[in-house]
Amino acid sequence: MSRTSKSLPVWADILLIPLINLAMALGVSALIIYLIGENPIEALKLMIEGAFGSSEGIGYTLYYATNFIFTGLAVAVAFHAMLFNIGGEGQAYIGGLGVAVALLALDHYLPFWLLFPIAIMSAMLFGAAWAAIPAYLQAYRGSHIVITTIMFNFIAANLMVYLLVNVFIMPGSMTPQSRTFLESAWMPTMQAMFATFGIKISESPLNFSFIISLITSLLVWIYIWHTRWGYEMRSVGFSEPAASYAGINTKKVIMITMLISGALAGLAGVNEIMGVQHKLMLDFVAGYGFTGIAVALMGRNHPVGIIMASILFGALFQGGAELSFDMPAISKEMVFVIQGLIILFSGALAYMSKPWVERLFSIFYRKIEAKEA
Amino acid sequence: MSDVAIELKGISKSFGSVQANKNVDLKIYKGTIHGVVGENGAGKSTLMSILYGFYEADSGEIYVDGKETAIHNSTDAIRAGIGMVHQHFMLVENFTVLENIILGAESGMMLSHSIAKAKSEVKKLEQNYGLYIDLNARIDTIPVGQQQRVETIKALYRGAKVLILDEPTGVLTPQEAEQLFDILRALKKQGTTIVIITHKLREIMNLTDNVSVMRNGEIVANLKTSQTSKEELAELMVGRSIRMEIDKSPAKPGEILLEVKKLGLTDAHGVRRLDNLNFNVRAGEIVGVAGVSGNGQGELLEVLAGMRTCTEGEVKISSVAITPSLATNPKKIREAGIAHVPEDRLKRGLIPQFSASESSILGYHNSPAYNGMILTKTGAIRRHCVDIMERFDVRPQNPDIKSANFSGGNQQKLILAREMDRSPKVLLVGQPTRGVDIGAIEFIHKQIVAMRDEGSAVLLVSGELDELLSLSNRIIVMFDGKIVGEVDAKDADEKSLGLMMTNSHEGASV
Repeated sequence: MSRTSKSLPVWADILLIPLINLAMALGVSALIIYLIGENPIEALKLMIEGAFGSSEGIGYTLYYATNFIFTGLAVAVAFHAMLFNIGGEGQAYIGGLGVAVALLALDHYLPFWLLFPIAIMSAMLFGAAWAAIPAYLQAYRGSHIVITTIMFNFIAANLMVYLLVNVFIMPGSMTPQSRTFLESAWMPTMQAMFATFGIKISESPLNFSFIISLITSLLVWIYIWHTRWGYEMRSVGFSEPAASYAGINTKKVIMITMLISGALAGLAGVNEIMGVQHKLMLDFVAGYGFTGIAVALMGRNHPVGIIMASILFGALFQGGAELSFDMPAISKEMVFVIQGLIILFSGALAYMSKPWVERLFSIFYRKIEAKEA
Repeated sequence: MSDVAIELKGISKSFGSVQANKNVDLKIYKGTIHGVVGENGAGKSTLMSILYGFYEADSGEIYVDGKETAIHNSTDAIRAGIGMVHQHFMLVENFTVLENIILGAESGMMLSHSIAKAKSEVKKLEQNYGLYIDLNARIDTIPVGQQQRVETIKALYRGAKVLILDEPTGVLTPQEAEQLFDILRALKKQGTTIVIITHKLREIMNLTDNVSVMRNGEIVANLKTSQTSKEELAELMVGRSIRMEIDKSPAKPGEILLEVKKLGLTDAHGVRRLDNLNFNVRAGEIVGVAGVSGNGQGELLEVLAGMRTCTEGEVKISSVAITPSLATNPKKIREAGIAHVPEDRLKRGLIPQFSASESSILGYHNSPAYNGMILTKTGAIRRHCVDIMERFDVRPQNPDIKSANFSGGNQQKLILAREMDRSPKVLLVGQPTRGVDIGAIEFIHKQIVAMRDEGSAVLLVSGELDELLSLSNRIIVMFDGKIVGEVDAKDADEKSLGLMMTNSHEGASV
């Protein structure tokens, strides 16, 4: 038997390399912070404290993470079929529209326990629908999914402006946003849920959607690795010729995968619209769809990795906000730079350190062998 | 000056925990043809890649012409006068022959200078060695034999005094191979040293002066070809005695299970891939399909396996009818009891990134045996995999190892096991032993004959004429998408098949 020449232990691949990437990103960030005359250690401390130092901080961190889990899962599912879904942003946006349409139409008539599943279904349906046309074009017409999903982000953004300005705007209002839903249609906040058990935590946007995102992660894991549909999807992703040899309808698999991916991205709309904003408004997606790409890359397209990466990015968003508040020299833009560096190192440069780590490991192995000999 | 062209001393190379070369010493004498034989994974290619600078050895020295030479990359190798003809050609398909020859060896700002120089150099090579070639032909329009010639010229043009050929005859007809050998002999006469890596012992016997046998990363023997035999070499390669012939009882053909009538296929570019094919295969017999690769055998298998729709004619295979209007698919074909071992195992036969147990259900993954309502039955799939691994001697017997990490022979056994497991009525087999080591070949041949004896109709496409001759009852020969001959295996030999394969025989029976 010949083993692959340069195989790394699994833990090194999924844990060590992301940590090295993170460390490199933080290193460059520290240099930048130092160059603008601030103390990098102090800044890091502030960020970590802002993200995890209080129940409010943790709440915000996990609230951001919820969005990233949904959009990250969306990217990951598509990636297992070798489809690069860049359209999470638009799909999440339209997913939010789905939530708002359902709640605006029904909040006067139905109780929460009925609105809850309807809103979720509606978010998934709208998100999937937004992915359907790029999926069809990829599967049956050969248009590249990256191009079409990017285009659909722009279409979604403009469609939402049109709808908010012309359809959903409240009569006489100057701000393009819908009316607020009845309180019975709001997703319960984590604060309220903890309160029923007698535990007091401070107020934050964190709501039940976070639990939904964890359940969704589990379902996605089962789908990818423990169903025949996931098997077919991975077959298509790894080797289309082998999939067609096996009698798998690759076009159908592409369609189904993209619909699921779109539906997952659409769920981010549940967190934002039903859980936090309680009304339809402009730009509530705020780049979560794009961050989902980095999250999926860093999480190696595995739900557990995605949850971990989402919490990291949630901490960055939250801690970064705190940092720019406490250290005026570090502006909001500077925080974006740090976030950008982390995305760059863990996303685009994700495999930069791999050859080095491999070399280290092979030296290590050789030493062990020499000892054994 | 010394009479040793290349000397390797104590070369070791490991990949992770696998040692591909262990302390290898090898001397290659000037002006000789030196064969290197060994099973797949014995370390031949690694050793030659070290010599050509693709890999760097972990330890050991390389001496060229008696001088220690550091070879870090192929530029160093070329500078030291070492040229290589790869198994998979490194040619730019839409460049002309001339452009390929000068690629990487251009000099000056303008191409015209290089072109003029190349033209006169190549003319010399033609005259000296009989390496004739049309310099203005585009690579993708010339046959593989010619492409290989371009590779050889490329190496010589760069001043190679030592030429390494990696499995050079894998893609050639017997006649083309013979031409290649003539060229190699001419090169040798002019003082070029030649190293040839192959697993075909017949070639070693009739071409080389010296031969080195590799096993498990080590050189186990250095022999003078004139003082050894095929049997001895085979034994040295495997490390135990093996049988070159297979015994099989006479076939007992039964009802027709595969019938092909006027089958035709014109592809999207308007090229006739299959042209008016007529033949049948009966239960309990093996029909071989011979032909130089790329003459329609692959397309034939694809049509029969439901992966491609024919444009003319009809096929009755088991209970399924295939016509241009009645498209089928691999799923339906499989459900009708037809199994297919594809030609390209890594591209189609299994999914390299899947574990062995996942690959062991490819194509049968929807079977209720492996699925509940929603969840797959991981336990049942693993048990199935362990079971077929045991019966087909797939090693290592571990269903959790990635498919890519098995050797070629074991991958092939896994695919055969999967396809034979359901006692198919019709078995379509493409290149069952390509790149498979000798020990596994013996086993695979036995299994194919066993399927025949169980009453399957077997269609066997292979580039190995030995294999076709020893396994088949009848052999059909394809050329340019047509059947140009059908012979009883008893009455055929390599030479007559070889002539038919290039359509240069007289009075073909169609």
